Amino acid sequence: MQQKSCPSSVKPTDTAILAQVTKLASPYKGKEDMLIQVLKKVQTVVGHSSISKDVAIVVAEAMDIPLINVYEVASFYSMFATTPRGKNVIRVCKSAPCHVKGAAEVMEAISKALGVQFGETTPDEKFTLETCECLGICAVSPAMMINDDVYGELTPEKAVEIIKNY
Amino acid sequence: MRLLLGFGSCGLAAGALTVSESMQKVLADTNLQLTLVGCNGMCFAEPLLQVIDDAGENYYYGNLNEDIASNIAKALLAGQIPQQNLLMQDANDFLAPQTRVALAHCGLIDPENIEEYLWVGGYTALKKAVLMNLEEIIAEVKLSGLRGRGGAGFPTWLKWQNTRLAPGKEKFLICNADEGDPGAFMDRSLLESDPHSVIEGMVIAARAIGATQGIIYVRREYPLAVKRIGKAILQAKNKGFLGDNICGSDFNFNLRLVQGAGAFICGEETALIASLSGKRGMPTFKPPYPSERGYHDLPTNINNVETFANIAWIINNGGLSFGDLSNDENSGTKVFALTGKIKRGGLVEVPLGTTFSKVIYEIGGGLKNGKEAKAIQIGGPSGGCLPGKLLSTLKINYEELASVGAIMGSGGLVVMDDSTCMVDIARFFMAFNKDESCGRCTPCRIGMVRLEELLTEICQGQGKEEYIPFLETLGKHVKSTSLCGLGNSAPNPLLTTMRYFPEEYAAHIKEKRCPALKCQALLDYSIDEEKCTGCGQCFKVCSAGAISGMRKQAYHIDSSLCIKCGMCQSSCLFDAVKISSKGVAM
Ligand SMILES: Cc1cc2nc3c(=O)[nH]c(=O)nc-3n(C[C@H](O)[C@H](O)[C@H](O)COP(=O)(O)O)c2cc1C
Ligand code: FES
Repeated sequence: MQQKSCPSSVKPTDTAILAQVTKLASPYKGKEDMLIQVLKKVQTVVGHSSISKDVAIVVAEAMDIPLINVYEVASFYSMFATTPRGKNVIRVCKSAPCHVKGAAEVMEAISKALGVQFGETTPDEKFTLETCECLGICAVSPAMMINDDVYGELTPEKAVEIIKNY
Repeated sequence: MRLLLGFGSCGLAAGALTVSESMQKVLADTNLQLTLVGCNGMCFAEPLLQVIDDAGENYYYGNLNEDIASNIAKALLAGQIPQQNLLMQDANDFLAPQTRVALAHCGLIDPENIEEYLWVGGYTALKKAVLMNLEEIIAEVKLSGLRGRGGAGFPTWLKWQNTRLAPGKEKFLICNADEGDPGAFMDRSLLESDPHSVIEGMVIAARAIGATQGIIYVRREYPLAVKRIGKAILQAKNKGFLGDNICGSDFNFNLRLVQGAGAFICGEETALIASLSGKRGMPTFKPPYPSERGYHDLPTNINNVETFANIAWIINNGGLSFGDLSNDENSGTKVFALTGKIKRGGLVEVPLGTTFSKVIYEIGGGLKNGKEAKAIQIGGPSGGCLPGKLLSTLKINYEELASVGAIMGSGGLVVMDDSTCMVDIARFFMAFNKDESCGRCTPCRIGMVRLEELLTEICQGQGKEEYIPFLETLGKHVKSTSLCGLGNSAPNPLLTTMRYFPEEYAAHIKEKRCPALKCQALLDYSIDEEKCTGCGQCFKVCSAGAISGMRKQAYHIDSSLCIKCGMCQSSCLFDAVKISSKGVAM
């Protein structure tokens, strides 16, 4: 796994959101095997900001499990953001079949159009650029996923056109 | 007449949604209806429409767009068989040599409608299985010789029997749909195109091992599969194929769907169980095997999606017939996802024992440029790269593949031509494996970093001759000392490329040359004076100041200043920038 940095809070999370997180996590007190499912819901509650330290503390207390366990899980899976993400997450496949069909050029065009590098978020917090591994549509590669929508047979121009719809 | 439009992720990504809308517009209020199906494997021609006329004749229309699709719909309405975008030859060459068991219904039925699955004989195997006793089911699967299709090829019946006989008050069943190998999409396609066949296989397995609860663990990158499987579970429950008193018997089985959270290693069975338990997806040492102690410490049987998709066929047709499908000691069929520089890429199901050349040249139509394949990569990041010259004799067989240093793996098959650099490909897979290593055991965590570093140095022209024996020793050590299957197989791409393409490693290390013209640092850029029009575009984009010359005359690249960024080549409209890899004089 690509290790992510410690989820330290940049700015404190809104108390209303923390209260929502508590409400969401409390029914699972003592049920550690529900942690991933709880964090998935928490991620939607905190929206595009991250599961920061204050959020993790609330989850740990509500579920009565050690904070380190929450941190371990939140930092392990790519689904959980430990740094803030934009409203839309663009994930371009960089696996071998897409790579040989020109994924690099597509990434370059997107990066240029949005003015940020992969791994970064646009200043207006509208887009985060990420790379990912195979999306399973290699026969129509190069491919990308924006939130839950998949797009294939990309060219640099087509990719930039698609992004305009978000 | 049936009109079947491919509506799998591959079709949708290629634009099937707009195609369906334009056809629906034409067909609204007529007696012709469009059925939205999964993928029939012809991904190379998406968006794809299959027309079955009343005489049972098949017509395939590929690479559709809105306008063409609307014209085709109009012609069909008028009782004609349009010729535009008709792909008879390709479809026949691609489909006719295949033997379809797991993919039998893919692309032929609406995956969101259980009635269509019942119409093609769905759930008859389950009805049969509830009347059989547990030993009989396992004996049938044993007769079939079915081995796990998720990678390792463990005999399915034995796993079922071990779980059944293991002490435990309850047994658990898991379907592994975490398909993460780059280039593999068999499981996605099965779940999207024929989810009920996987569910039926699972219910039969549950009956055989005595499980009352099961989980399908689906990768998070597969939202469409999640949606269709979720729908299928509900429909099966309503029809009494899941839940209590299945098919009127006293057998109960409940199935739920869990979505992964994004980690390749969770495809490994013990890591998958850790993840289901709300933990980091870290593999644990085996034994105990999941069949002894798995989810919630209960005896747990884990099988792959494709393994389950074969079960109903086996129960319906008998185990022996499954063996008869192949002319080989390995029985049955295997699905491959054919990608790379191939003419007809998509899903291919062939009997085990088939030669690779049949799959690549007959079914796949060979390479796009008509050349011979330089190599194939089988089994994903834990598989191997095999040279083209082996393909005509090498059979798709677990033991034969192991003997040449590769593995069957889950079914990814990437075809490469001479524009692929084998050292670069080895580096690419090592980088993948390094990123996906969970970090638990040292050989895998540290070893993979070192392997990637050394390969990167070689690609950059800084490799030394002593790297070769060192890479081999280190690769073998990582294989033999890692905790789980990831580390045990991760060095395979490296070891096989070293074994079959030693001359490429030698060229990079000794001559500082990349024969495939892939490794940027080893390339030389020059300008073809004949083609150069003197437009000055390259001069403008060169940030290193390596290009000199005057407008209207041929420009020149000073190789001592060139940083090999490639900008001049991509900016030249006249194809005048040449790349070569001359290397250094020895
Ligand atoms: C790193 C790693 C990744 C794996 N990924 C998958 C996968 O995505 N899908 C799968 O079915 N099996 C995967 N496996 C194999 C499983 O551990 C397990 O052997 C398999 O699910 C058993 O099912 P089968 O007997 O039906 O093949 C993986 C193994 C390893 C070591
Ligand atoms: S490699 Fe990109 S979708 Fe499979």
